[in-house]
Amino acid sequence: MATAFPFSAIVGQDEMKLALLIAAVDPKVGGVLAFGDRGSGKSTAVRALAALLPKMKVNVNCRYNCDPGQPQEFCEDCRARAASGKLKTSQVSVPVVDLPLGATEDRVVGALDLERALARGEKAFEPGLLARAHRGFLYIDEANLLEDHLVDLLLDVAASGENVVEREGLSIRHPARFVLVGTGNPEEGELRPQLLDRFGLSVEVKTPDDLPSRIEVVRRRDSFERDSAAFLETWSKEESKLRKKITAARERLPSVAVSDAALERAAKLCMLLGTDGLRGELTLMRAARALASLEGAKTVKDDHLRRVAPSALRHRLRRNPLDDAGSSVRVDRAITELFG
Amino acid sequence: MSGALVWSDAVLAAQIFAADPAGTGGVLVRSRAGPVRDRWLAMMRTSLSPATVIHRLPLHIADGRLLGGLDLSATLRAGRPVAERGLLAQADGGVVQVAMAERLLSATTVHLTSAMDAGEIAIERDGMSLRLPARFGVVAFDEGLEDESAPASLRDRLAFHIDLNDFSVGDAEMFEVEPEAISAARERLAALEASDAQITAICNAAGALGIPSLRAPLLAVHVARVSAALEGNAAVTDDDIATAARLVLAPRALIFPQAQEEQTPEPPPPSEPPQDDDAGDETQQPDLDRALDEVILAAVRAALPPGVLAALREASRDRSRSRSSGKAGALQQSKKRGRPVGVQRGDLRSGARLNVIETLRAAAPWQPLRRREAIQGGAQARVLIRHEDFRLARFKHRTETTTIFVVDASGSAALHRLAEAKGAVELLLADCYVRRDQVALIAFRGNGAELLLPPTRSLARAKRSLAGLPGGGGTPLAAGIDAAALLADSIRRKGQTPTVILLTDGRANIARDGSAGRPRAEQDATASARQLRAANIAGILVDTSPRPQPLAAQFAAEMGADYLPLPHADAATLSKAVLATTQGR
Repeated sequence: MATAFPFSAIVGQDEMKLALLIAAVDPKVGGVLAFGDRGSGKSTAVRALAALLPKMKVNVNCRYNCDPGQPQEFCEDCRARAASGKLKTSQVSVPVVDLPLGATEDRVVGALDLERALARGEKAFEPGLLARAHRGFLYIDEANLLEDHLVDLLLDVAASGENVVEREGLSIRHPARFVLVGTGNPEEGELRPQLLDRFGLSVEVKTPDDLPSRIEVVRRRDSFERDSAAFLETWSKEESKLRKKITAARERLPSVAVSDAALERAAKLCMLLGTDGLRGELTLMRAARALASLEGAKTVKDDHLRRVAPSALRHRLRRNPLDDAGSSVRVDRAITELFG
Repeated sequence: MSGALVWSDAVLAAQIFAADPAGTGGVLVRSRAGPVRDRWLAMMRTSLSPATVIHRLPLHIADGRLLGGLDLSATLRAGRPVAERGLLAQADGGVVQVAMAERLLSATTVHLTSAMDAGEIAIERDGMSLRLPARFGVVAFDEGLEDESAPASLRDRLAFHIDLNDFSVGDAEMFEVEPEAISAARERLAALEASDAQITAICNAAGALGIPSLRAPLLAVHVARVSAALEGNAAVTDDDIATAARLVLAPRALIFPQAQEEQTPEPPPPSEPPQDDDAGDETQQPDLDRALDEVILAAVRAALPPGVLAALREASRDRSRSRSSGKAGALQQSKKRGRPVGVQRGDLRSGARLNVIETLRAAAPWQPLRRREAIQGGAQARVLIRHEDFRLARFKHRTETTTIFVVDASGSAALHRLAEAKGAVELLLADCYVRRDQVALIAFRGNGAELLLPPTRSLARAKRSLAGLPGGGGTPLAAGIDAAALLADSIRRKGQTPTVILLTDGRANIARDGSAGRPRAEQDATASARQLRAANIAGILVDTSPRPQPLAAQFAAEMGADYLPLPHADAATLSKAVLATTQGR
């Protein structure tokens, strides 16, 4: 596979990087959507994240990435192995699975294993991308151009955390919990509202417009392309520092306290903006906690809420076509009103 | 810039591209098919290394061929799935040539560009999961008329944009190309690098020219390195930087910085040079960079004809905040003829599409049994497919609807009506996302009609064009309807269903030829309306006058449209009414 550009070497794009780190610390935040200009490094950041994530523990030879720490969720194979005492575990990289636009349904959900069926006449299930992405990330580039029937599939699985396959006489269900990451360019059409709602955080990506950072982007990219091995070496220290930070934040996360005052603030902000449902508040809370944990804070402060609020809420506002101000502006206004 | 210069730059671009096809991304050649283009292509071909293959990408290539999939005959022969490489994987190390790039489908564009970004393609199709290297350069022929162009996402990734439309074969002299020199340059390329000052200068120039994408300066830096390799320079020189700026940055310029000589038309006084050193606010910058910046801008300036400069300056004055890439994505078209919704058992009658993979799956469990039978019968076959295994692809055929709003922006349509119409369009657009419909907007006022928004689904773009819609002037109703009919016709040719929604008070007072006068204007408008009815285009006329009047109702009848008087409707009611009518059809 082509080597990825190091995450810590990405210039600027702080909001997008922060959103991805938050999702890495707490997958329950529910995915990241990055919409913005062409050539601003959206895909680069997502691919960089894959190389950055700390490894995870899985059962050896498990096709569904079963977690050794969660025996009640084992797939049938793992159960059988566990019963006979042959279960082994190993450390693997967290999967960041690409869902390419031209993917066919059978590869996404999984289907009858054709090779075994043809050669040996066995009826066996071949897991699809959803199985491979379990406990990891599912990445859709140009998410706004994804075909509708695939979107429907994703919505269902993302909501239930489980993939149910009923086809070709197979009847299989397996856990499929993943962080959905989508990128796209709004000039090419917007995302279906149902899918938009599935993303926990939504960030707007702009090409940096100050000269020094533009120069730095070009410079780093150029030296990466000329000699990627040396470039990775230069940045390896930063990368491992960041990796340690994520691991530490994950361990700290359960102990980060959310005060009633902070909860009230979050609720007030959502009311002020008139977001639909409770998902906004929940995401806002979770994201703020992950951020606090990432920064080593013991409790969630106003500052944390304030920094994650735009990403957590901007895509949940009711669209008012007669209001020319963008969603980001409206969120900012509400934040200023509430926090002063 | 003269024709000969344009041509020599085009040839230089061909050689730089040929020296490193994948690194430079490619060339966008804006030209209709013709001898000039053929000659350019021939020179590009000779410059490529002999082993390089040019793969032609047909416009309507199926995803299976583009990306790869199951090789049916090989699979049946072998009795196990055999992958077939798609065009993008086959093109690895070569060149992909796209003709009529302005009509490239958005799905094809995405596959192409994501392969260019990753240098490989990921295949998740037909039960296979593969990653294949796919590093290639692209030659895209853009044959569009003035307002058509290749997809912006593709243009962004191609280093060179050349325009061969406006000059004759006479200017296109054949140059002697030396393939050996170019392959030697290929060897040298790896050792060359651009200095920090040079990178800074390129970024400065890109910023000054208003180029938002960062791919442009990146490609320019790369092109400068290839240029140095071609010239046999030991390091990247300022000339190489200037070449790169001329070839890569100039065609993308959105604004043009005021040229020095225009600020001071008189010859500079002799005391100028010493003053120049500490002039301006960017004093930290070394003079060397300054000089280089000037070299680049001069190079870019030389590449632009004077008329273009004036137009750019004019345009940059008009452009308020919108920093979009202009006509980017103007040709959003999806040619979905219905989406696949699973398979069904059935016979292979004409028109049915066999879903091979599902058919094989259905046959698979029976193979051992059938093989036994077949051997008893004395037959030899790897895979036994029977009639009952056939699985046909089912498509849900829902043609796309494009709603064309024709808005009367004249003085007679009171200004608050215009605001309501804008609101209705935006509301409808939001609904259209859910149904994946498209919306277009035509406004007429003064003495003509204007297509403000080509069919799109993008709310961002719709908002922008609506916000800029001015009101006032006469009512050239006929021109408005004609423009709508023209657009509806082109939409129908794309296999989509057009619906025209006309918001007007029906008081036409400008005739087709632009002359004022009520009777003539009404006559023309009626004629146009009849044409719309004859073309059988569904429509609605929304009467925006304060009091409903027979004139508009009569006009709606001529148009074959439904008549909706909305004396005091607000945007929401209007949207609801329109939606009810379009869905009732």
